[in-house]
Amino acid sequence: MSLPAKLAEVVDDFASLTPRDRLELLLEFADELPELPARYGEHPELLERVPECQSPLFLAVEVDSGPQARVDLFFSAPREAPTTRGFAGILHAGLDGESAETVLGVSATVLDDLKLAEVVSPLRMRGMASMLRRIQGQVRAAQAG
Amino acid sequence: MALPADPAPELAQYAHPEKLVTTQWLADHLTDDGPRDGLVVIESDEDILVYDTGHIPGAVRLDWHLDLNDQVVRDYVDGEAFAALCGARGITRDSTVVFYGDKSNWWAAYALWVFELFGHPDVRLLDGGRAAWQSEGRPLVRGFVERDSTEYPVIERDDTRIRAFRDDVLAHLGNPLIDVRSPAEYTGERTHMPDYPDEGALRGGHIPTAASVPWARAAAEDGRYRSRAELEALYQGEAGLAPDDDVIVYCRIGERSSHTWFALTYLLGMTNVRNYDGSWTEWGSAVRVPVVQGADRGQVPAGLTKRSQA
Repeated sequence: MSLPAKLAEVVDDFASLTPRDRLELLLEFADELPELPARYGEHPELLERVPECQSPLFLAVEVDSGPQARVDLFFSAPREAPTTRGFAGILHAGLDGESAETVLGVSATVLDDLKLAEVVSPLRMRGMASMLRRIQGQVRAAQAG
Repeated sequence: MALPADPAPELAQYAHPEKLVTTQWLADHLTDDGPRDGLVVIESDEDILVYDTGHIPGAVRLDWHLDLNDQVVRDYVDGEAFAALCGARGITRDSTVVFYGDKSNWWAAYALWVFELFGHPDVRLLDGGRAAWQSEGRPLVRGFVERDSTEYPVIERDDTRIRAFRDDVLAHLGNPLIDVRSPAEYTGERTHMPDYPDEGALRGGHIPTAASVPWARAAAEDGRYRSRAELEALYQGEAGLAPDDDVIVYCRIGERSSHTWFALTYLLGMTNVRNYDGSWTEWGSAVRVPVVQGADRGQVPAGLTKRSQA
């Protein structure tokens, strides 16, 4: 399974930068993470918490059944947690709008290719891997159910 | 040469007022070109990107995980690596270093404590940390701060004075211990903080006889340290410490307990306080160390009392 084009582009962007600029780009993703739509903002109970993240992060996945169904992603993380927001922003930019089949085909090893571990530490990267795993878990559950 | 202490009257109550600075003092010591000569300001946060969202003008970043920890062995960096990280930030042995950060200065206090392991002579904490600075509408700026690099000497780390290892804690049993984690972590209901990643402990509970004093009780609503009288009531009254006690503090990885270590050492003037940085992530997974669950402090197991008195 090849990488979705948008995610591949984000990975290339990060990989081509110096470590300092990678942090700067991560901050841009944090700044640009879309606000939650009101239907989630007013109903936080609809969001799944990702406890592996350093700061509280909540996410929701909307997808119909069928491998070609479109996946929509929603995230919520506080402004005081820019690293977590940045991770969410990358996944949103790379995966939102892709098909269920494509999202499920993304291997967590792609996160290593972002080359972020050396600038944010491997420990913090675990939170991002957990986000991806939970997104895929929700897609899988929707496909099964 | 070290800068004169902050003469603010609200700091005078503490045993070592020279170890804290107020936001006003720091503001007064910033020039258009950053901190005035002799002063280095370090931001140390839990979230590494918080610095990039805007920092005190001229402040440099120091990350607990990437900079202070050895990347292979679970330990702090050695003297050469410490000299390199200080040199790259324009710190000399004579610099006055002021630390501040997010989360009521947890990580700032932790970084300060690591600087103390290397005996850096003048380290201070910005009372109230990042939140206090921000809430007063003081400037935060984005962008990389470049300081002229310096030659910092290679100093051997001294782990004997303010740092405790697991065996030190075993030998210490029977003497005062302060557990600064949340009540649910203390009782063993949880092995990690709510809303935090589980960094891994196989058992829940606390070290026998440890008193539970969650770190945040040392901080007021605005993130600044409580008054000396309040701190005395808390640690000497409620937790029962005597001023000359030999005390070990711990939490999960040693960061929250650095905040308490600072309060006991510099605000109350206790001279024999050590931080057990292995903390619960080590103790809660170690084989055959005694653990107590529930709200009671518990007893030192019979087989260990001799050792602790030896």
